[in-house]
Amino acid sequence: MNVLWITIGLLLAAAVLLGVIRMVIGPSILDRALSVDVLLASTLTGIGAYAAFHRDPTVLPTLLVLSLLGFIGSISIAKFVARRPEEHVATPTEPVDPSPEEGRSS
Amino acid sequence: MSDQLVAVLDWIAILCLLAGALLSLVAGVGLIRFPDLLSRMHTAAKPQVLGLLLVLVGIGIRLIPEETNVFNVGTLLLVGLFQVVTVPVAGHIAARVGYRTGRIREDLIVRDELAERLEAKRRADAGGRTPDTEA
Repeated sequence: MNVLWITIGLLLAAAVLLGVIRMVIGPSILDRALSVDVLLASTLTGIGAYAAFHRDPTVLPTLLVLSLLGFIGSISIAKFVARRPEEHVATPTEPVDPSPEEGRSS
Repeated sequence: MSDQLVAVLDWIAILCLLAGALLSLVAGVGLIRFPDLLSRMHTAAKPQVLGLLLVLVGIGIRLIPEETNVFNVGTLLLVGLFQVVTVPVAGHIAARVGYRTGRIREDLIVRDELAERLEAKRRADAGGRTPDTEA
């Protein structure tokens, strides 16, 4: 059974590593916000695994705080991006949408 | 509570936690491998909803022999409820902003109904007549 706990830790470590790689190379700010969301989900899973391993319910309010924090963070980043629509579009494959009502309607 | 029952509950709980961690890894691999923002959002939502719910179920089962009271179970239920309610809203807003600011790859979209509607609305506004489809 200890092997399974160690496996959980290793899986979470690999997930966080891949998320950090995407956060470093991510072409746009929305990709980075998305990888931050994945990191936060991995953190929630890790804290939950801690609570389950030690049978310790004192860290459960932390899960509550983190789940709300992820929502507020991704919403505020999205709104921040929506206010500046002509920001750099890094990858050359992304087309620039020429529709006139873009950017101001959200 | 007998030892055998506790062992069975522990195995169920650890399998739930293992599935949650596996979904996190799947999300990480998808973040690296998938080509654009919308498909990355598709894979990133898996650990946020299903993975977290599995982990919460695992914690709850694991806490059964130790201490189960209204506070712990209520906290777990609240975390699950908040996550299920807020993740679709955040994903919708992020996808909408990504579309409107041109950060998605349009060659990967099979059918773009929003572009059709925006086009119909723009033609209707330019022609000064009522639109065919409600945009």
